[in-house]
Amino acid sequence: MNALYALLAVAALIGAGLLAGSSTLTGSLLAVSVPYAACAILLAGICARIWRWAATPVPFRIPTTCGQQKSLDWIKPATFDNPSTGMGAAARMALEVLLFRSLFRNTRSKVAEGKVSFGESKYLWLGALGFHWALLMILLRHLRLLVEPVPGFVLALQRVDGFFQVGLPVVYASDVIVLAALAYLLLRRIREPLVRYISFFTDYLALFLLLGIAISGVLMRHAARVDVAAVKQFALGLATFHPATGLALSPLFMVHLLLASALAAYFPFSKLMHMGGVFLSPTRNLANNNRSQRHINPWNYPVKTHTYQEWEDEFREKIIAAGLPIEVEDVRKTTAD
Amino acid sequence: MSEKLLQIEQKSPQGDWRDSSVEFRKGVMCYSALPKNLKYLGLPNPREWQPFDADWKLPPNWKQIILDGMKERLDKYRSFRLFMDICVRCGACADKCHFYIGSGDPKNMPVLRAELMRSIYRRYFTLTGRIFGALAGGRELTEGIIKEWFYYFYQCTECRRCSVYCPYGIDTAEITMIGRELLNLLGCNINWVLEPAANCFRTGNHLGIQPHGFKDSLDFAAEELSEITGLPFEVPINRKGAEILFIMPSADYFGTPHYYTLLGYLMLFKEIGLDYTVSAFASEGGNFGLFSSHELMKRLNAKVYDEARRLGVKWIIGGECGHMWRVLHQYMDTMNGPADFLEVPVSPITGTRFEHAKSTKMLHIAEFTADLIHHGKLKLDPSRNDRWKVTYHDSCNPARGMGLLEEPRYIIEKTCNHFYEMPENTIREQTFCCGSGSGLGTDENLEMRMRGGFPRANAVKYVKEKHGVNLLACMCAIDKATLPTLLEYWVPDVEVAGVHELLGNALVMRGEKRTTDLRGEPLPAEAVIPAGDDGGAEVAHA
Repeated sequence: MNALYALLAVAALIGAGLLAGSSTLTGSLLAVSVPYAACAILLAGICARIWRWAATPVPFRIPTTCGQQKSLDWIKPATFDNPSTGMGAAARMALEVLLFRSLFRNTRSKVAEGKVSFGESKYLWLGALGFHWALLMILLRHLRLLVEPVPGFVLALQRVDGFFQVGLPVVYASDVIVLAALAYLLLRRIREPLVRYISFFTDYLALFLLLGIAISGVLMRHAARVDVAAVKQFALGLATFHPATGLALSPLFMVHLLLASALAAYFPFSKLMHMGGVFLSPTRNLANNNRSQRHINPWNYPVKTHTYQEWEDEFREKIIAAGLPIEVEDVRKTTAD
Repeated sequence: MSEKLLQIEQKSPQGDWRDSSVEFRKGVMCYSALPKNLKYLGLPNPREWQPFDADWKLPPNWKQIILDGMKERLDKYRSFRLFMDICVRCGACADKCHFYIGSGDPKNMPVLRAELMRSIYRRYFTLTGRIFGALAGGRELTEGIIKEWFYYFYQCTECRRCSVYCPYGIDTAEITMIGRELLNLLGCNINWVLEPAANCFRTGNHLGIQPHGFKDSLDFAAEELSEITGLPFEVPINRKGAEILFIMPSADYFGTPHYYTLLGYLMLFKEIGLDYTVSAFASEGGNFGLFSSHELMKRLNAKVYDEARRLGVKWIIGGECGHMWRVLHQYMDTMNGPADFLEVPVSPITGTRFEHAKSTKMLHIAEFTADLIHHGKLKLDPSRNDRWKVTYHDSCNPARGMGLLEEPRYIIEKTCNHFYEMPENTIREQTFCCGSGSGLGTDENLEMRMRGGFPRANAVKYVKEKHGVNLLACMCAIDKATLPTLLEYWVPDVEVAGVHELLGNALVMRGEKRTTDLRGEPLPAEAVIPAGDDGGAEVAHA
């Protein structure tokens, strides 16, 4: 049901895009106002969310240690999985963000005949890694539409991405990967009972939006080809705050633009903020040097404790009878003081 | 429980998880905390109630208390706020929880355990949740949700296994800790946590042992050691001016098989002539405050540094315990430090300066002992442990909240001839909980304990069948208290022992006359030191 609602929501957006694209006037208005509004929400939203996290204190140093600590000289510590220095923690974070280190550990447990066994399970890692890297590649490639002259590294990326020289225009590897990965992530969410059980409307919404954007983009390149020159003129206009109006933008392009804008505007309110959040995760970004460097809790406050003297006062006779040393032999002396 | 073993099975979840109803039945829940314990600790809403009662006698403004409590904690803990926000529900954590594997209850998947809290967070603290409600993953806060929280936050042992696999490091232990804190604001807590905490606050230890009882226990251990080794033993208590304060979990001097570990420590200290003392006041290293609230943790932990200061020691050694070390390693210095009145730990025997503990000034006994062995300061005869085929269970907290993995293994390898690891997915940072940690090790919760401990027991069974393992070594007081029951149920004929029991068995003391191990079993013939043979290591300072 959640998946269906999300699909309907995205279909409505696609309908709106097609409708807008068929009329030059509304199309132009939408094509200008919507991307600007979406970008404004995206930037302001991301900043607000990250600021909120960053402004919240980290009262305790609680890294999840995933390897040997640094203790005795002759025991080899796990430099990255249990970092003891800031540099080590940075390296751990880099492994996490660039290679999805933790997800790579994934296993699948199986219970059968009173036994639990663990199998390798790397597909989720592969799907997630493929999706994120391909998406980054695609976003960088889009710079060719937004910057003139096109930066050298973008052209270089394009050559790498089209390395296999399949089809005309050349099929980009990143396009194939992003579609395959999204399809896998969606199918997994729908087909695996446990993942389906925990999935919300919003989980499907993000996937359908991304799929819609990717498919409309690929169609524009390989099926219903758009006038790239006009698109670039339009995009450059947006990027330089001199929006061009009255351009003949195809309905498909409007769909692409509207879905991307919807995703951008939704981004700061969604789980997609994990992109920024992962860097702030206290179980990953702190060094496990708890016993060598004191961590300060900014809101540490005094608490009511039970002092030695209170303890001794309650048990004095028993302590003396047991022959244990005592601070105050005769309680009357202290009360007289 | 019935004579037939529990059926462990994985099944596809049915229905909608947002339905909050839970069934409290004996075997899968813990009893409520007695009012006297709440009163002693000054905690809110002490009253007579039980989880299976329809009326939980919550304060009239309970909803406001929870929402205010959440707000306060969202502003105080980045972990809490971030972990509420960034989960993408990828499901990598789903089958990593021992309670999920053992119970098949989908709400024991870490992601859903957290969603129980997140759904409330979204509804009341996020824009989309306030506007779109259920569509944005929000739920209304009802009394049913409080009951559901109680059920599932006391069905999590805060073991952090899920956080190893989470791509964002989301740690369910953090969420459970906050969840329990919030429940505590309403007076919804369990007796197995709060009675030890109240005891600890008053007497210094969880078991409520008073100073004379403490002395009796240690005197008894000293006498027993004199009989086993033929050497005079005395345990210094509350001795001012000692170099080192030794703090252990109270079960070590009151429980079995913990007791044999205590014997091991005492033999070690005597053999190397350590200038130490134990304390009848700081007679507990464990901290059940951790399982209740950050504040209670701090209140119970304060005595460690206070007592070190009063006795004028230079530094502190801590015994074998799991959650105790989570507190000592990750919280103590921040909460109750700085320990600037102590000195950086230096081994009086080997001269090793323990730089990694230079701020906290507290060393794990396994680190201390491994250093001694590495420097050849102990004479060890591993054949004295030949009746044991040993495997090692990493306790959750030292593994995932510290990284103490090699030190105990080094000690075991030097003191035992037969050591076999369990499968790699079940040890080190991937270790499985005993199923009874974080205050859940009570008998009314037995079925859930057996379910939660199933993956651990299963791995033991594997090495038992493959290598004939008959001893599970560990370094945690809760493990020692609860694993024997777990193994008796799933893997009969495997015993449980502390690492320092194995050390005590293998330790050849100078002048000793020994014929038995610490459990009174005869030593293998070739391992018996004949009377008069003055064995023992060259100890530098002796």
